[in-house]
Amino acid sequence: MSLYFTKEHEWIRVEGDTAIVGITDFAQAQLGDVVFVEVPEAGRQVTKGAEAAVVESVKAASDVYAPVSGEVVEGNQALVDAPDLVNTDAEGEGWFFRLRLSNASELDGLMDADAYRAFCDSQ
Amino acid sequence: MSDAENALPLDDWHRGRGARMVPFAGYSMPIQYEGIIAEHRWTREAAGLFDVSHMGQLIISGAEAEQALETLLPADLSILKDGRLRYSLLLTDDGGIIDDLMVTRRADHFYMVVNGATKHGDIEHMRERLPACVRLDHMEDQALLALQGPKAVDALSRLARGVEALSFMTGGAFELGGTPAWISRSGYTGEDGFEISVPAAAAAAVADLLADQPEVKPIGLGARDSLRLEAGLPLYGHDLDETTTPVEADLGFAISKRRREEGGFPGAERIRMELQEGPIRRRVGLAVSGRQPVREGAMVVDAEGNEVGKVTSGGFSPMLEAPIAMAFVPAESAEPGASVTLAQRGKIFEAKVAPMPFVPHRYNRKGAAR
Repeated sequence: MSLYFTKEHEWIRVEGDTAIVGITDFAQAQLGDVVFVEVPEAGRQVTKGAEAAVVESVKAASDVYAPVSGEVVEGNQALVDAPDLVNTDAEGEGWFFRLRLSNASELDGLMDADAYRAFCDSQ
Repeated sequence: MSDAENALPLDDWHRGRGARMVPFAGYSMPIQYEGIIAEHRWTREAAGLFDVSHMGQLIISGAEAEQALETLLPADLSILKDGRLRYSLLLTDDGGIIDDLMVTRRADHFYMVVNGATKHGDIEHMRERLPACVRLDHMEDQALLALQGPKAVDALSRLARGVEALSFMTGGAFELGGTPAWISRSGYTGEDGFEISVPAAAAAAVADLLADQPEVKPIGLGARDSLRLEAGLPLYGHDLDETTTPVEADLGFAISKRRREEGGFPGAERIRMELQEGPIRRRVGLAVSGRQPVREGAMVVDAEGNEVGKVTSGGFSPMLEAPIAMAFVPAESAEPGASVTLAQRGKIFEAKVAPMPFVPHRYNRKGAAR
């Protein structure tokens, strides 16, 4: 199992040939109270760096980008029903979608936990 | 903090209490402390302390101040009694809204509170038009706090005896912890509450006193916006601007009866005509279907997808737990219950015109049962 991060504050946890994606605790703290999420449906192709999901707080709407390319296997319906899971457990129960990676080498450009922490500190 | 953002008197105070600061109206201001929804609910249930020191506090004085102000505002100041507030508008010559404001008669002068982002333009506008014998002073060394919510009166009357006797839209001079304060029963949340003007040098001590009361928590700009949206109150620069008239904006109540008949304020002809014939578009509240908020800038569209109006404020109502918005719609779609279609980022939303306020006002009106 490996965990990677993007500069857009997504995390991706790789488990075999699939991975789950969410936004980081840092990101949820910046967003504030999340009131709505839209997750992609199974079967949808997503491209690295392109919009894959939507998260809206009281204040603003934000896109969630796919950290890598692949086919969505599952959107997190529990999150759609309880969007505040993003605030209470961003890097656990608050995941957005699971995808099947189409090109695992795209992971190489992402940050590990230490690099991401340093990145946030510099923000 | 960038150079473009000036610090307000309570800057350190907010940071010390854990606020997240953002640029707003040229200042660095607290957007939130513990979270917008928690702060919003606390204000509706207890009392929230807001720092609104970015707003412009003005004194207009001189023997002819009343007559001179009436040439700029559609309010009937001749019937405004000492210690009473009136909501009014600065208008362009064709009836567009330059700013919305509160004006209070205070003995021999008028005290005016205008929006922070527009205050410098307002001052210039008025100074150009007021006669030389009328003086306009900008009280730059004065801070402004608001204490809002059903328990605001309990907290404040402990510190400033007598404020409980004020009714909605009245004010007076009080002492608050040894500091002279002008306190009015007014606000921008739809709740009972007070606005408190104190010298900037004493602002932190006054804020400490207020925040130390068990009913009181500091509240950021985020909840201020969601509270005023639920209360159906427009926000200048979003729901109101110079292309909007008072009648279109559903602010006809700000045009006093005598002034409707006599005119004599900027835009009087157009406003009189719109009052008679009805405007072509109107500001309304919208209850949006589903859970996704529709934001400022979303389009109101007709059956063919043509833009016929605009959402000017939109968000999620913490009390209704549903998305709500304000929009300008064609007059024929402005009745409560009318269906309205919205488009945002390529997606269609259905909404219904809803009566405002979305959440009932709970002002302490004179003579009303408590």
